[in-house]
Amino acid sequence: MSEMIIKNGYVFDPISGIKGDKKDISIKDGKIVDKVSNKAEVIDASGKTVMAGGVDIHTHIVGPKVNLGREMRPEDKLFRGDFRGGILKQGKRMEMGFSIPSTWKTGYSYARMGYTYANEAAMPPLLAPHVHEEIRDTPIIDVSAMPVFGNNWFCFEYIKNKEIENNAAYVSWLLNATKGIAIKIVNPGGTEAWAWGDNCVTINDPVPYFDITPAEIIKGLIETNEYLGLPHSIHLHGNNLGNPGCYETTLATLKLAEGFNPKNKFGREQVLHNTHIQFHSYKGDSWANFESGAKEIMDYVNSNKKITVDTGCVTLDETTTMTADGPFEYHLNQLNHIKWANVDVELETGSGIVPYIYDKNIKVCGIQWAIGLEIALYANDLMRVHLTTDHPNAGPFTRYPRVIKWLMSQKARDATLNTMKWKDKVIAATNLASMDRELDLYEIAMMTRAGPAKALGLSSMYGSLAKGADANIAIYDLDSAKMPSDPEMIESAFSNTIYTIKEGVVVVKDKKIVAEPHNYTLWTKVNMPENAQVMHDIKEKFTRNYTVNLENYAVFDEHIHNPRAIEVEVA
Amino acid sequence: MPKVIENVGCPYCGCSCDDVRVTVSDDGKKVLEVENVCAIGTEIFKHGSSDHRIRSPRLRQPDGSMKDITYEEAIEWTAQHLYKAKKPLMYGFGSTNCEGQAAAARVMEAAGGMLDNCATICHGPSFLAIFDNGYPTCTLGEVKNRADVIVYWGSNPAHAHPRHMSRYSIFPRGFFTGKGQKKRTVIVIDPRYTDTANVADYHLQVKQGHDYELFDAFRMVVNGHGNDLPDEVAGIKKEKILEVAEIMKNARFGTTFFGMGLTHSDGRNHNIDIAISLTRDLNKVSKWTIMAMRGHYNIAGPGVVWSWTFGFPYCLDLTKKDHAHMNPGETSSVDMAMRDEVDMFINIGTDAGAHFPIPAVKHLKKHPWVTIDPSINMASEISDLHIPVCICGVDVGGIVYRMDNVPIQFRKVIDNQGLLDDETLLNRIADRLDELNAQGA
Amino acid sequence: MTEKKTLNMITQRAVEEGIAMEIGKTSKQYFDACNIIEMNEQDMKELGIMKNTNVRVTSESGEVIVKAVVARQTVYPGLCHIRQGVWANQVVPPRTQSTGAPQYSGFPVTVVPAPNERLKTALQLVQGAVGMWKGE
Repeated sequence: MSEMIIKNGYVFDPISGIKGDKKDISIKDGKIVDKVSNKAEVIDASGKTVMAGGVDIHTHIVGPKVNLGREMRPEDKLFRGDFRGGILKQGKRMEMGFSIPSTWKTGYSYARMGYTYANEAAMPPLLAPHVHEEIRDTPIIDVSAMPVFGNNWFCFEYIKNKEIENNAAYVSWLLNATKGIAIKIVNPGGTEAWAWGDNCVTINDPVPYFDITPAEIIKGLIETNEYLGLPHSIHLHGNNLGNPGCYETTLATLKLAEGFNPKNKFGREQVLHNTHIQFHSYKGDSWANFESGAKEIMDYVNSNKKITVDTGCVTLDETTTMTADGPFEYHLNQLNHIKWANVDVELETGSGIVPYIYDKNIKVCGIQWAIGLEIALYANDLMRVHLTTDHPNAGPFTRYPRVIKWLMSQKARDATLNTMKWKDKVIAATNLASMDRELDLYEIAMMTRAGPAKALGLSSMYGSLAKGADANIAIYDLDSAKMPSDPEMIESAFSNTIYTIKEGVVVVKDKKIVAEPHNYTLWTKVNMPENAQVMHDIKEKFTRNYTVNLENYAVFDEHIHNPRAIEVEVA
Repeated sequence: MPKVIENVGCPYCGCSCDDVRVTVSDDGKKVLEVENVCAIGTEIFKHGSSDHRIRSPRLRQPDGSMKDITYEEAIEWTAQHLYKAKKPLMYGFGSTNCEGQAAAARVMEAAGGMLDNCATICHGPSFLAIFDNGYPTCTLGEVKNRADVIVYWGSNPAHAHPRHMSRYSIFPRGFFTGKGQKKRTVIVIDPRYTDTANVADYHLQVKQGHDYELFDAFRMVVNGHGNDLPDEVAGIKKEKILEVAEIMKNARFGTTFFGMGLTHSDGRNHNIDIAISLTRDLNKVSKWTIMAMRGHYNIAGPGVVWSWTFGFPYCLDLTKKDHAHMNPGETSSVDMAMRDEVDMFINIGTDAGAHFPIPAVKHLKKHPWVTIDPSINMASEISDLHIPVCICGVDVGGIVYRMDNVPIQFRKVIDNQGLLDDETLLNRIADRLDELNAQGA
Repeated sequence: MTEKKTLNMITQRAVEEGIAMEIGKTSKQYFDACNIIEMNEQDMKELGIMKNTNVRVTSESGEVIVKAVVARQTVYPGLCHIRQGVWANQVVPPRTQSTGAPQYSGFPVTVVPAPNERLKTALQLVQGAVGMWKGE
């Protein structure tokens, strides 16, 4: 019966179309409602910016490769406690780590930035119980996780045989077994090739033995996704990431979506979400003539409503790269000679981890930084272009406020450019310096809450201040009528909310954690008739090839933390 | 009617086998039969339901005898001593489930103490190498399905991981390895002619403590300098080194399993470090992975759980309560014991009384000693307080991490008959510490 | 025939030790499995040690009486092995080279015949070390 009203704030809610009007937000029993009684707790948001809680569509925060990154990098914990920017304990548990924070720090840090939901970018199905253990120890925010399918032996065989219905049955079985939310694809085919030391760098390179191409895998999974009508589209990390000239692979990849239409009951309008597209927007053919392909990529994205992307912005930090693109990580280690970890996972996927320093004084890093921002600044529709850093690959998620600052202030971008040793070369290889566009708060709201929620098919619950949505709200110390001229104030405002509210409970007040209420594991529950052929195939592969028994594979109910299922009916 | 329970996990070694079949009595209290398990696993399940299980905490009396007390009293005793201690150490966790390990983290953060696990005397040097040099590895199913060359270096699975060779590495027929052992080449590098060497194709009887030189020799060959090798390195002839290195270079998929032969000898982490470098070198010409043969069914667990909780896998200094510090050598259990820095010791899911060098045991015994463990063992028999708990896989379930960090979900097969599990016990100790901290503040 | 020769000691797992440990460290099986030193046959001859008789093993940090055997898992001359456990840890040096891991493998010992010395039980060794042993 608890009621709350947030009064007089400048509200930015793209889902409802509210562009900075002064409006009251009413909350009852954890949901947004039309109005409340006069017994409601009052929060005065006069002169402040009010948005829905942030939604992070792609971040690596829970799971085995994230954790191996933590384990292998004690130096990532150098700044701790009150030493140089570490956090003194605010919540129930201590906070450790910079580029790969502990699960406790992850939840607290997102909450302090006004985020209330994060989507784990990649879950290796065999290791799903690990992901769920970490979700349990991540406070405050709701979390979902996407199992990876792009190097899965079952999918290879079903797609190769054009058995989409069987593939759909397998996908829905796996989503249930792992309590996953969507179809994630990473370096399709290439990570299976990497199990033999190989890769697939174009969408037509066949996978060793399985003889299927990345193009076929992607199209097969788009078709599967729409057959099932899942809330989200396929979420794709395409082939040839990170190499000069890769923008051509990216365009060829994006074009694969042209033959398909979104089919779902969740308001989703895209059939393909291309993640961290900064890493896929490189022109040139070597590091010497490396340059931005952001314009070419965004010309295509702008004219294709059925594509959404997230930026993957580089933040110019020392950080940790980690991805299921195993061969890319080996390649990166051969470039920078910093310690390399790798975990190939039977029948399913792989991963690699390599620390990386995005040094502003290295030309290539400066260009990467510029490309990430160009992606957003070229965008016509920011509902389809979401703000991420592919945490921690291009930078820690705690730098989102810094990225927002850069997007909202050309002065801030110039200031950063001016610190670069090779500023002139960076400018020559990119377009950023000549772009004077500055995003406004409404567009930032699109990039950081409304857009991701809609692309995930969850805008009735998240990223929205419309009636019926979860009462997840962030109140920032920014007066939209009198925006500060110093861009640093933008970064500091987005770094620490005045209030973060999660389902109607104040969790952050005056920049500090004040409550840790329960939170959910979101997953997609597909209700479809059992498929005897697929069940037979599953049993056979477990008996012969897996090293874990079938009955121990699906995550036991007792290990799922507060599950919240999004239900999908398939005839 | 006796019940058959399938897909049971075995709580002994790092194989963490999950295909065990257990027949239990109708009343759910006794294990009648165990199948698919090695000889050691059989003993665990038998012992787990034996009439001799300790079912009540016991407190040492002034005359040296033990007196049964309640769990409540044991929790109070432990919490009070933790609260008063300046630098208490909780160590062990080879045989606790992850839920227990997470609860232990809560306890020692609240108490402001030291938190360490068996890796500190086991694969700790492997961690040190991983911190510097990374870890190119895979899950055991990749070995089963792909590997045609297997190296066991300083590892004797015939004795320490009895089903390893049959479940994962040498004998199984996997997807790309349909001919099983016939198409695999097995290389054992060990100063002893072990039972594992006995089933190998090659046994290199390396001079004990000189593995580093032999790794270096292999690296020379992989990097094209084999001709510059001396006639003999670490007791192995040059021709043999060249022959074996060629096999490794020409592998379709190779895996090096390593164990205490490397981590316990002179050089410790440097032995692992160069093994990792060799693996990385081999990936230039072939496909190779490396894997630590973790000893216990869930000794990978605390490393995993504490990494996500604190950012470090072992040797944790939580004394400041608001941040964690790790510095093996400084914050490692045996070193702290030898320097008399610990003023309370909790031995959990292990037996430091038997497995620490006895001088360390003597130092620790100068202070209050609690043992949290289902068994009568050396630690319990010198403890001030012995608190029995459930055995993971027998009377409590939970998640455990196999040696390749794959999480295995264990089930319980018999009723706990009043025994507490680690998670419940430790959470209650943590709750009590929270209360004491709030009062004392 | 008797001389003091330094041997190189390692301590490792054995499946018999594993089984016995699960039966219990105070059991006879554990006693039988772990109070053994596995030696090279040639070394035993040179040191005047008869097979299956007791010896005194001394290291820089302690000593222990164990039974000398020639094992199926043979060691080369100069190497010897006591299975990990209570008897081994009477002599394992606690020095860790600052890594946390004691010198479980690769430490110098002398091994001399002690055929008339009795083997001590696990409890006697451990409780005895900390002044808690009540037996004779």
